[in-house]
Amino acid sequence: MEKLRKAVGDIVSELGPEKGSLLAILLAVQDASPESYVSEEAVNEIARLLNTSRSMVYSTASFYSEISLMPRGRHIVRLCINAPCEDAGKEEIRKALEKELGIKLGETTQDKMFSLEGVSCLGACFMSPAIKVDDKVYGDLTPAGAVRVMRELKEAAKNEHIS
Amino acid sequence: MSTFRELDGYDRVFNFGNCDSSVSLSEYQQTGGYEALRMAIGNPKQALEEICRAGLRGRGGAAFPAGLKLKMMQGNTEKQRYIVCNADEGEPGTFKDRFIMNHIPFQLLEGLTIAAILAGAENGFVYIRHEYPLAQENIKRSIAEAEAAGLLGDNILGSEFSLHLKIFSGAGSYLCGEETALLSSIEGKKGRPRVKPPFPIEKGLWGKPTLINNVETLANIPAIIAKGSAWYRTLGTEDSPGTKLISLSGDVKKRGLYEVPFGTTFREIIENFGGGMKEVFDLKAVNIGGASGVVVPPEELDCPMEYGKCAERGITIGSGAVYVMDEQRSILGNVHNRVHFFLHESCGKCTPCREGLRQVNRIIDRVTAGEASLKDIENLERFTRCMQEASFCGLGQAAGNSLLSSLKYFREEYENSCVDCVEKTSERGELC
Amino acid sequence: MLKTIDIHINGETLCVPENITILEAAKMHGIKIPTLCHFPDQRVKANCRVCVVEVEGNRNLVASCSTPVREGMKVRTNSARVRETVQTILELIFANHPQECLTCIRNANCELRQLAAEHGIREIKTDMSTPLLPLDNSTPSIVRDPNKCIKCGRCAEVCHQVQTTGILYSHYRGINGAITPEYGKTLAEVACVLCGQCAAVCPVGAIHEKDDTAAVWAALENPNKHVVVQVAPAVRVSIAEEMGQAPGTIAVGKLVTALRRLGFNKVFDTDFTADLTILEEGNELLQRLKNGGTLPMITSCSPGWIKFIEHNYPEQLAHLSTCKSPQQMFGALAKTYYAEKSGIDPKDIVVVSIMPCTAKKYECTRPEMKSSGYQDVDYVLTTREFGRMLRQSGVDFKALADGEFDNPLGISTGAGAIFCATGGVMEAALRTVYEVVTGKELAKLEFESVRGLEGIKEATVDLDGLPVKVAVAHGLANARKVMDKIQAGEADYAFVEVMCCPGGCIGGGGQPYVTKRETRMARMDAIYQVDENMPLRKSHDNPAVQQLYKDFLKEPLGEKSHHLLHTHYQKRGL
Repeated sequence: MEKLRKAVGDIVSELGPEKGSLLAILLAVQDASPESYVSEEAVNEIARLLNTSRSMVYSTASFYSEISLMPRGRHIVRLCINAPCEDAGKEEIRKALEKELGIKLGETTQDKMFSLEGVSCLGACFMSPAIKVDDKVYGDLTPAGAVRVMRELKEAAKNEHIS
Repeated sequence: MSTFRELDGYDRVFNFGNCDSSVSLSEYQQTGGYEALRMAIGNPKQALEEICRAGLRGRGGAAFPAGLKLKMMQGNTEKQRYIVCNADEGEPGTFKDRFIMNHIPFQLLEGLTIAAILAGAENGFVYIRHEYPLAQENIKRSIAEAEAAGLLGDNILGSEFSLHLKIFSGAGSYLCGEETALLSSIEGKKGRPRVKPPFPIEKGLWGKPTLINNVETLANIPAIIAKGSAWYRTLGTEDSPGTKLISLSGDVKKRGLYEVPFGTTFREIIENFGGGMKEVFDLKAVNIGGASGVVVPPEELDCPMEYGKCAERGITIGSGAVYVMDEQRSILGNVHNRVHFFLHESCGKCTPCREGLRQVNRIIDRVTAGEASLKDIENLERFTRCMQEASFCGLGQAAGNSLLSSLKYFREEYENSCVDCVEKTSERGELC
Repeated sequence: MLKTIDIHINGETLCVPENITILEAAKMHGIKIPTLCHFPDQRVKANCRVCVVEVEGNRNLVASCSTPVREGMKVRTNSARVRETVQTILELIFANHPQECLTCIRNANCELRQLAAEHGIREIKTDMSTPLLPLDNSTPSIVRDPNKCIKCGRCAEVCHQVQTTGILYSHYRGINGAITPEYGKTLAEVACVLCGQCAAVCPVGAIHEKDDTAAVWAALENPNKHVVVQVAPAVRVSIAEEMGQAPGTIAVGKLVTALRRLGFNKVFDTDFTADLTILEEGNELLQRLKNGGTLPMITSCSPGWIKFIEHNYPEQLAHLSTCKSPQQMFGALAKTYYAEKSGIDPKDIVVVSIMPCTAKKYECTRPEMKSSGYQDVDYVLTTREFGRMLRQSGVDFKALADGEFDNPLGISTGAGAIFCATGGVMEAALRTVYEVVTGKELAKLEFESVRGLEGIKEATVDLDGLPVKVAVAHGLANARKVMDKIQAGEADYAFVEVMCCPGGCIGGGGQPYVTKRETRMARMDAIYQVDENMPLRKSHDNPAVQQLYKDFLKEPLGEKSHHLLHTHYQKRGL
């Protein structure tokens, strides 16, 4: 709790304790969170520091789909669900990802390694179907290709763990 | 009549160079970059005249004359003003702004700086969607480089003009592409549209006059000033001068981003730029303008891409997304996807958009499941009309475009899926 | 001079002031355009869209509430296109609204139901579904039924702009949008002050007072109970309005008769304990001034305000007067002094209050409000609930004869009456404090500088050479401003009056629909009229209060007073 207060406090003083900084603060707090989300304690602390109501902070936080109010995995896998990707085989990619990760769209793996989310258009329709894993976009994807990306990340995590 | 014209190097507004990397500041300057800024600083009045004469219109979707907007900004006496670059490219099927930001950031920054000088804005934001982290990074880096080179920041190129630019990250909301919703978002609020009037040029960011332009619009400005409005007008048509970046996707051979002069027909875009259909299947429909655009059959494709002609035909150029569907594709499937998209992205502020989409979604679910009745189709049409007529913002008003246009051109697909469709049931012999 | 322009509505050329909206222009000329999210005194929201009209030259319809008129504008408010759209919008709302109009608490005054009637909605042509969100009846004051919410945003505006309590706000987006406290919490879980201003502006049955009429009926029916009622000052200038008469209609005598008809054993008056409050609070102020106590002293009559300061300024509670509110003083005395005097066992006494307020329902349940050994006040009914009981029992209010309050807790002065208007407690206190301190009679009883609807009023009163600076704030946004000043040590006031609701109790959350600026003014004018009509207008002149001190309390701030009439507060935080 103290740690969180300090982290939020640092972010707020860096970005400015004004209501206008709220969205940037929320994104920064989420990025700083090991579980990639904005917790209730963080919402309350932000409200206190910005001298605004908790409901105002929550209102903004709950509006944007890239802000999560629930803990998430280390890697966030976003599956584009828009028409060009849909037609190009999004469903097969979804099934492959769900099977590989053992979770449904919108869920997080038990080991907190992956969260699988849908996203409205990644601007990658020239290489649909596409997914975005953290900051990287993968296009012209096949189900096997999607699985491969997941396995590489798992592998990398394992190696990290060993070393 | 063919209007097709491949642009040569000189005729291009956009030069993406090697598409694998970002054009550096020195590369950009070597090819004439930042000449326009020097000219604009030397003679701002003429720069504005050039933009007006060029007939540049907003490329974000609304097509408002860019020069007029700048002039309106100049008419305001308020000292504190802002410029905002709308890089919240959320229209599904569109990736032009992403290309500009990833590959030719300085062309955008130069245009932005010129616009800011003309608008009298010394502070500004580039509002980039959260889904584009690389674009955010690239623009951030480019701003720093431009500042270091005296092309941004205080006393640009030694002049009395200054511009301080910041990146503002969106957080996943299509609606923030609407200019007033975008402003609310920068102010830390939900991305919901605001009442207009007052328009942003009167009362925008934090109540101050604010010029908001789309990435592509701003990136057009350097070429207009450097090469002149007369040159610009050799591209495109009288009604719609210049070029448009077209994000072409779907069942064509060559998906990608193309700079297309206005006046080119949609068929030419598909055939000549896209290389025609990908497979052996025939073209069934084209979705023009993204999720908020229309779905039209092949017969409509000879319409030239030009604001006036398109408006007559009920076609929305919008962001310039062209999504091609071959005969294997289901119109209902496409519309279903669009409706789901809007259901997810509607901000929920106004009744017609929020409740209309709630009901439309239910009906379209039934239609695609083959459980709808003809009465449902009537309601679908009525609710969509209500959304179009009465929604608070442009996005709500456009949310039903693909639905209404598909009902116009592909109505039989809807009706055939209805349980009480006479034709279908008699075919099966159930009525006899 | 006001510049005017010509516009055309439905073919008629109308001359209207420039810079107004189509909606306002139409209203001026007797053309009604339906509205739902629009509320007097609030900002234009333009989100319900039922006020759309056709404007020549516009591709789509426009919202008349947010579109300014311009010269030569051609408007149609009743074309087939407009009618179809408005009907469709209403149908869309109904398709996702519980079909419980017949049993809804707002069935007689629901704005949505009214529009449906006016616009001939006879059939919902699409499938209806009712969301099944949990009811929030976590507090003694307010019930929220999120299923009925039409997302107009009126409550959120009041909660954030007028009261700055910041509880209700719109969260999530699209069809998941909901107006609730954060994380969908109940009102009991957040720093809601239960002022009920949200209920007062809700157009439908989504937020309303908790209805306690059944419990009161049961008490009245119970032969073993002696049921006494107290009526707040504000109710005498609003019950007639609730029963269909014009805002500001005074009905003191009819009110008494009506309560007797309902079967109350004694009809008493909160004005009596308002007078008593002045004596206790006035003396407390004088003591603080004399002994260097915490200043400024702030009034404590308004339970919403008390809860607000407990949540938001927990370190500033020493500023509050320790006096209970008149309602709670009454309850404590009814079950001690009156019980003793009338020889009735206090366990058999039921105290009912008729209040303009929803927070009073909560106040009477505060654990410390049991000075008599029992819960001092048993039930609180708002003006609206009182009206409901009258209608249910078939009282033709307008035709009632005047009655008189019972003795002794029904005797009061004009000073007690004005407690319900912003500045009223201050004025009543000044009338008494001046005379006590100076020993002189006031030449003019009216302290005009503390009257009126201005948000924060300041005045300096000369107490015979001793200048005393006072301030009056109403509506919690204004209270917050004053508190921020006090907290920063920048306030040099001796005495501050705060009322939670805009206008004071006359604008309370339990008052008749619809309370807007003009209604508040009318009720205020009426209460000052009541004051003027009273033979006695200074609290210390109240003979029943004098008798009470003589027989029972002995002296202001004495031991009995301390036990029965004073209280303490609780640091709550957020």
